[in-house]
Amino acid sequence: MGIGTEEGRKKHQARSGWLLSLPALVLLLVGASGPLVIVAVYSFLKPGEYSGVQWIFSLEAWFKVLLEKDIFDGTISLADAHLAIFWRSAKLSLLTTAVTLVLGLPTAWFIATRPARSRALWLFLITIPFWTNLLIRTFAIMEVIRNEGILNTALLALGLIETPIQILYSGTAVLIGMTYVYLPLMVLPLFAAIDRFDFRLIEAGYDLYASRWQVLRRVILPIIRPGIVAGSILVFVPSLGAYVTPRVLGGGKNMMIGNFIELQFGQGRNWPLGASLSMVLLLIVVVALLIYVRTAPQEDRHD
Amino acid sequence: MTERRKRFAIETLPGFTAIAIAAFVMLYLPIVTLVAYSFNGGSSVAVWGGFSLHWYEVASQNAAVQGAAARSFIIAASAAAIATTAATMAALGTTRRGKFTGQTFIYLMINQPLMVPEIVTAVALLIFFASIKVATGYSGLGYLILAHSAFCIPFAYLPIRARLEGMDGAMEIAAADLYANPWQVFRRVTLPLLMPGVAAGAMLAFVISLDDVVITEFVKSAGQDTLPTYMLGQLRRAVTPEVNAISTALLGMTVILLTAFFLLSKKRD
Repeated sequence: MGIGTEEGRKKHQARSGWLLSLPALVLLLVGASGPLVIVAVYSFLKPGEYSGVQWIFSLEAWFKVLLEKDIFDGTISLADAHLAIFWRSAKLSLLTTAVTLVLGLPTAWFIATRPARSRALWLFLITIPFWTNLLIRTFAIMEVIRNEGILNTALLALGLIETPIQILYSGTAVLIGMTYVYLPLMVLPLFAAIDRFDFRLIEAGYDLYASRWQVLRRVILPIIRPGIVAGSILVFVPSLGAYVTPRVLGGGKNMMIGNFIELQFGQGRNWPLGASLSMVLLLIVVVALLIYVRTAPQEDRHD
Repeated sequence: MTERRKRFAIETLPGFTAIAIAAFVMLYLPIVTLVAYSFNGGSSVAVWGGFSLHWYEVASQNAAVQGAAARSFIIAASAAAIATTAATMAALGTTRRGKFTGQTFIYLMINQPLMVPEIVTAVALLIFFASIKVATGYSGLGYLILAHSAFCIPFAYLPIRARLEGMDGAMEIAAADLYANPWQVFRRVTLPLLMPGVAAGAMLAFVISLDDVVITEFVKSAGQDTLPTYMLGQLRRAVTPEVNAISTALLGMTVILLTAFFLLSKKRD
């Protein structure tokens, strides 16, 4: 079998490694990665009359992502409706990332500074929502913020408001919903970073007359930066591609890219446009992940 | 560490504990409300009408819910079995051997479902399966099982690989010294040692499949609703506490499986 030599052993290992991975690779190729190539191809075709595509090469779908042509005089302008959706998606995703960071950092810090025994329990309490069905969690937050929900009921009872605040079916509802469903994604990597943190560094900071704020800004934040970057990307990426939360909480008016893509495969009947929009979303995510990969190893040197 | 903490309380940062407690309340209040209202006797989701199992009865007698629950279970069980088998083999192929050509590619492929936005995979599968449905005429649950198996692979792979990496090779070498053939070594030594990881992986895969909304929504043919897509469809109409009851049942299942998962992974240490 040629296992005798170092070279032969390596070859054998590579071959058996590939063979053992083959079933998983085939499943992933057919059920996940391969069809992405079809999406890429479809984005360069013309839309079919009712649905599907015509096999004619066209850059129209890519053109339409950002631009539109006036049907009467043929002038080209920016597609305001599309830009509004991109802007809303970007804004809501960035806000979600910011709010989850502000809430998530103290939460992760709190968990990491518990005594060893109760720490596992607090961590488990974060993990349960993390693994709970996204739809159920979206539904749960909807119950809270609806007009007759407990938030409005409580505010009315306290006399703080006189009529219920309409939160549901607004951009704010989507922001609250996404913050709620993605918070655990921020807390878990932050906890991992803080858990490895050497608390003697804080002592040193205080010994050198740093204030609490200075210790946080100059000692803690720089060291746990990889956790902040990881958490932000873990929250930003699914927020940008969110579909369920904006659909349930945003109503028809607060579409995000994910809902807009779906529209092209449903009522919009423009599969190539849906395909080019999917490719745009995928490219943004790949860029975000590349930023993450580039930041992570450099920051690890702090350890 | 604990001692030092008692003497200095250096880790206390102003406002952090308050925000953390608020975050935990924010995380659990909606879930607790949802669970509580599933036991509401009244017909509204807003007014409390006394404790009752009425909506569980309604849900369990609803033929659409029964069908969706059965499909969810069949798909999750099949996908978990397929994904766990493939992931176990892949973990054996990529762990505890030297680096080989293409290993990074294999990692990338396995982790791909974690990186690509679900909506993109969903439309890709919609396009792909639509043409296969036209070509073959088959429109059964196979498409959903295939799609679920694929995106469950990374979730099954991670705990199995973690377990495998922590395993000592000495037992297997000893077995081989005692003239066990490679299959016997795998069957009698490696697999039993690996079993907690495999079970943990299968559980995560099952939970992930059970919870999926987006990919299922796009891949399913008419009349192939799972529990989550059924609930999504219901949300468009008037919301009744029936959805709360279904949610609570799913939630209970997730918590049970996760608790089992944590107990299994604790065994590792």
